[in-house]
Amino acid sequence: VCAWHPCPSTETALGSSDNLEHRRKDRQVRLAAFGINSILYQRGIYPPETFTRVTHYDLSLLLTTDPKLKSYLTNVVSQLKEWLFECTVQKLVLVITCLETNEVLERWQFDIECDKSAKESSAPREKSIKTIQHEIRSVIRQITATVTFLPLLETPCAFDLLVYTDKDLVVPDKWEESGPQTIDQPEEVRLHSFTTSIHKVNSMVAYKKTESA
Amino acid sequence: MAQFGFENDIHSILKLDMPITNAPMARWQRKASSSNTSALSGLSPGKSANVSLSSSKTPKTNPIQDGGGHKHISYISKLCNKHLTWSVSLNGYNVEDAKILHLGGKPLNAPEGYQNNLKVLYTHTATPASIKKSRYISSTPDRILDAPDLRNDFYLNLLDWSSRNFLAVALHNSVYLWDATQGDILLLMKMEREEDYICSLSWTKEGSYLAVGTSDCKVQLWDVENQKRLRSMASHTARVGSLSWNDHVVSSGSRSGHIHHHDVRVADHHIGTLTAHAQEVCGLKWSPDGRYLASGGNDNLVCIWPRAQGGSAGNDSQLIRCWSEHQGAVKALAWCPWQPNILASGGGTSDRHIRIWNVNSGSCISSLDTQSQISSLVFAPNYKELVSAHGYAHNNVVVWKYPSLSKVAELNGHDDRVLSLTLSPDCSTVATVAADETIRLWKSFEMDPIKKKAKERMVKSTSSVIHQSIR
Repeated sequence: VCAWHPCPSTETALGSSDNLEHRRKDRQVRLAAFGINSILYQRGIYPPETFTRVTHYDLSLLLTTDPKLKSYLTNVVSQLKEWLFECTVQKLVLVITCLETNEVLERWQFDIECDKSAKESSAPREKSIKTIQHEIRSVIRQITATVTFLPLLETPCAFDLLVYTDKDLVVPDKWEESGPQTIDQPEEVRLHSFTTSIHKVNSMVAYKKTESA
Repeated sequence: MAQFGFENDIHSILKLDMPITNAPMARWQRKASSSNTSALSGLSPGKSANVSLSSSKTPKTNPIQDGGGHKHISYISKLCNKHLTWSVSLNGYNVEDAKILHLGGKPLNAPEGYQNNLKVLYTHTATPASIKKSRYISSTPDRILDAPDLRNDFYLNLLDWSSRNFLAVALHNSVYLWDATQGDILLLMKMEREEDYICSLSWTKEGSYLAVGTSDCKVQLWDVENQKRLRSMASHTARVGSLSWNDHVVSSGSRSGHIHHHDVRVADHHIGTLTAHAQEVCGLKWSPDGRYLASGGNDNLVCIWPRAQGGSAGNDSQLIRCWSEHQGAVKALAWCPWQPNILASGGGTSDRHIRIWNVNSGSCISSLDTQSQISSLVFAPNYKELVSAHGYAHNNVVVWKYPSLSKVAELNGHDDRVLSLTLSPDCSTVATVAADETIRLWKSFEMDPIKKKAKERMVKSTSSVIHQSIR
């Protein structure tokens, strides 16, 4: 699955409701992918030079070129897409931990709305490219803005992606159950939620308070 | 109003951090200890989102109605945090019913040795040296030119400004000339095959001929006035990413690591080979007096070669200096025009240092960490400064006072890494080309008119040696 390529430019063409639904999920997943890349870049988890700019939807966005990371993200994203389509995903969480101590330093949470009723919705609205751009920009901008207040990550860090799914989901190969990996006494910042044509996306970041005077 | 109450509730719900002491284990921990649990006896609020949960509340022990059979699933459970958390209901979803999954294996991290340099990026305070009131360095470029299709390749040298005030830029497989005096644009040449591309450009001193290095391993020579190709010199086995003129000799650096000298007046142009570099030669500059050739490679070396005597071929045994202090590819090389034997070199991403060398003594006079990949260097004589062009992560141009190397100004504006830098013939402007497909002209070095008159040097348009003898 190549999650990086944009939909063909015929975004405005009306398709069957199934197609539209599929594209909507596609976009959500891509949004998540861009968001993840942006966080890894902004927080310095990976060296900045391992990111490259690509143009999607006429926006210049950062994506990693690190092969291991790329393959990991592709796997996660493709699975996420499947689950999203089946409406079994609730949240996507990016956890940043201190490499040495395994302590959770930061936790980014994206609520992915699985509006089960929308699957059969009778009047799905098509989205203009402007709306898509707006969505992506909002997410990226928020992530970028958080750098101004998030404490510096001074130690080498690792990150993990957690997916909150329905409890009765069959766990696929290579996936494991995990704890929520929360932060001890965190500071939390709720990022601006934004509305897509059908639902609201909520996101927040929790981080460890620094010991500053 | 009701919605604020809701907001507050959600806010308190979102605090998933307080350990609950007198409660059963979280569902995933319970599953871990016993593989057969039929019902979720546990605490979970109902499906309503209006429930606020705090640590003081005693949780109920009613099993949840989850509407449907509960499948037995065997899975690997991962014990992570010691902290117990409550899953809460949010947006109508019963998150307690959620499974938290991650792709197996340990969490990912950047390769060893990577130091998160955000600290230096975000806490470094730029302290520009006090700027004399009489000189104003604009923070915006004087002009921006479009450069579509520019190859985003660090190792190429695609920009050069002639003494006749023509700015040459290579966009993929075409060379465009921008007349800086008139403002016209001229397409000088375009390679035949779409898959070929231009790798380097270099004007002769008089500005009437342009050498072009290509991906098909040739060095072409163009007569700009007549828009004619004079020569296509083959000798390299790999692309020619760097070029430098010394009178009638043009030296070319290749991806093979070899440097060839070409006497353009004779049919048998290949008169010398230098093979000290093991990887692509991306930086190549003859000194202004023509005595030394400096070369920088992807092997992190800076080499200094003398000019060969007479017409004899230069060879490796004459290598004067070989410096290996840089920890990254050395593409940026610049000779100081007002002090002989002084060379500035700049390192790529893993190095980020500017180094000043004295070729005679062989020592490194000074070294400066610029914290960003250096793609180009140029000495700006009007105020005795050194200008550096940067890629990751700053994507800007910095002006440093010479020889103190204190920062004078930063020229920001490019959205992506700056690949090349070149100085105008009157030394008032630097042109930069970047991966954001623009060329920006920064008129930061303009002299005030009185000083200008005193320093005026006309470009002598004597008949060039080349013109007489090219066949």
